[in-house]
Amino acid sequence: MNAKLTPEQHLELYYFMQLNRQLEERLVRLFRQNKIVGGVYSSLGQEAVSVGTAYALEPRDWLAPMIRNIGALLVKGFKPRDIFTQHMAKYTSPTHGKDGTSHFGDLKVRHVVSPISMLGDLIPVMTGVAMAGRYLGQKIVALTWIGDGGSSTGAFHEGLNFAAAQRAPFVLVLENNQWAYSTPVARQVPVRDLAERAKAYGIASKIVDGNDVVAVYETTKASVEDCRAGRGPVLIEVKTMRMKGHAQHDPAEYVPKEMFDYWKVRDPITRYEAFLTEHKLWDTKKKAEIDARIERELDEDQKFAEESPMPKPEQAKEGVYCEGCHTIDAEWKRPKKEVMPPAASVEAIWKVADFGGIGVEARVAVQAASAGNGAKQAAEAVEEVAIEKQPPMRVPFGRGPKDRAFERERQEKHAAKPPRHKRRRR
Amino acid sequence: MSEITMLEAIREALFEEMERDPAVVALGEDIGVYGGAFKVTEGLLAKYGPERVIDTPISETAIVGAACGMSYLGLRPVAEMQFIDFIACCFNQVTNFVAKSHYRWGAPVPMVLRGPSGGGVHGGPFHSANPEMYFVHTPGLKVVYPSTAYDAKGLLKSAIRDNNPVLFFEHKFLYRRVKENIPRGDYTVPIGKAVVRREGNDLTILSYAAAAHTSLDAAALLAKEGIEAEVIDLRTLLPLDHETILSSVKKTNKLLVVHEDTRTGGIAGEIAALVCEGAFDHLDAPIARVTGLDTPVPYSPPLEEEFLPSIEKVAAAARELAKY
Repeated sequence: MNAKLTPEQHLELYYFMQLNRQLEERLVRLFRQNKIVGGVYSSLGQEAVSVGTAYALEPRDWLAPMIRNIGALLVKGFKPRDIFTQHMAKYTSPTHGKDGTSHFGDLKVRHVVSPISMLGDLIPVMTGVAMAGRYLGQKIVALTWIGDGGSSTGAFHEGLNFAAAQRAPFVLVLENNQWAYSTPVARQVPVRDLAERAKAYGIASKIVDGNDVVAVYETTKASVEDCRAGRGPVLIEVKTMRMKGHAQHDPAEYVPKEMFDYWKVRDPITRYEAFLTEHKLWDTKKKAEIDARIERELDEDQKFAEESPMPKPEQAKEGVYCEGCHTIDAEWKRPKKEVMPPAASVEAIWKVADFGGIGVEARVAVQAASAGNGAKQAAEAVEEVAIEKQPPMRVPFGRGPKDRAFERERQEKHAAKPPRHKRRRR
Repeated sequence: MSEITMLEAIREALFEEMERDPAVVALGEDIGVYGGAFKVTEGLLAKYGPERVIDTPISETAIVGAACGMSYLGLRPVAEMQFIDFIACCFNQVTNFVAKSHYRWGAPVPMVLRGPSGGGVHGGPFHSANPEMYFVHTPGLKVVYPSTAYDAKGLLKSAIRDNNPVLFFEHKFLYRRVKENIPRGDYTVPIGKAVVRREGNDLTILSYAAAAHTSLDAAALLAKEGIEAEVIDLRTLLPLDHETILSSVKKTNKLLVVHEDTRTGGIAGEIAALVCEGAFDHLDAPIARVTGLDTPVPYSPPLEEEFLPSIEKVAAAARELAKY
């Protein structure tokens, strides 16, 4: 771990991770006391992912959490009381009891989109957020998470492909916590590193130790800045481990004990505490101060939630439609006349840079602007990607000197490599 | 005033709304350079450019999801399904993400999802569907299904300006067959209001989209026989205009519902329940319905004709009702 963050930021990372963990431990206790209406989806062991990624965003950037990203909501400015009241289905919750858990958001101030339970759906939605931000000239980045399990959905593919085709400023954090409910990664996906999938979309990818909060932060930060510069989406695979079952009801007996042991010694908070001590970023007094602050805030917010009223039954039928309760205002950060005729008008033809044949010397212009909805800043960042020049494909069909030479070369190549079955180890 | 087709009216609404509000953007498969499978969006890209008229991959889920995300930043996207049948590919995005957004967490989704629907053009089982009832059954959406050029333009403008997600069905049989003199320039038609197309005292025929024309033709035929049918065009299926439906039934005391959608679970059943709840005492006859068959829409012309409501079928059902 190297430290580019300020000492204050380092302590803030600790604060958010520990707040995340202590908050969830209280949720578990409340669950056992029957005070939680639905489920509790623990992110124990994954706190560095939620906190480290969200911490790399600026206030203007947008995120959409998954069920185990409570830490990200805290970083974005939501309070423990929001999480308590959501789980306890109270009227004072951000959704007034209409939905639970991390299923809430804030369009205007915190720029958080609420998730839904169907995995992968946030990917196209956040692609749209990224595209709209670019269109409005806001220079924002949109970020969301997907699990190893959710990466097998159709929405994952459609969304990421569209984001890639649009070169949208979109960061996808693939939170590989090894388990999709009870099914291990190897039973879902035939590749070890899920980041490999980025190749299929022609986008950048990174792999990072998800239990190292500084590494997660730095990787995300660099990706966010790449996105902001118009270089297109980034897929970050974070390797971590879900240390509890899918939710409270699930004892996770299907997980080998040794696997828990392996990850337990890599606990992100214990590791980070050692890091802070080693780099003399805090002392026991400072730690005690932060821990006491967390306790105090949680006490206060838990009390608030427990004392909060439930919604009234008649409120069930409210809010299906927006009937003037919201105003729709786009925040324009560029002159509107840029997107109006005559400035916006174009000749409606495709510019095709590569005719698609095999072995033709091809240069593919990655045209963010003409790919649709590409704002100025993206257009400036247009890069020409040179496709490796391949030798023309040759099919020998005659007996002329070129064909014979080709045939000879092929045979020599074959002779150099023993046939596949002979290469296999006995 | 000038005579234009329903398709041209829809196009006119898109042009005018994009001119009025730079927050309006369009996205869909082949809508840009090609101008859409039916040429509804022809010319839009040339005028408003690739940032606002976006050709997408064949990814219905991505189209609807991205439109939803754009609307969260205050844009008003108009997304196209190349054929409305393909909305099945993004059912989850529409019904779970988009429709529930405002109710669940107070995030309005001011987007329009439009596309060509309906049969009568021998499109077969995957290019002729009327999937409106899946969405009429989904709280949070609005479902609009116009039958005239005037309504198509006015309703599409209302849909674009609405703060809620609106599904806008365009009956492709009517695209170029319906022509009308409509006013130039800006006007809207309110969502949620049915219209009485023909007044009559003997029975009420409730219908929408292409079947509304079938119903009007049948009413003309019936008039020659001395039966005066009142024909109502629903125009909006969700929210449904209870008032217009009930007041007409109270006047004529007999109700026939005609729709091209399949019979079981079609809106006729919902309307029958509504009338039983609100005007049962006024009924002089059982509620009748003429609908599509409970089958996929078949390809071969004689089969499709059998599937669809026809003037004869509507007239026959109306004659039965008139006997009471």
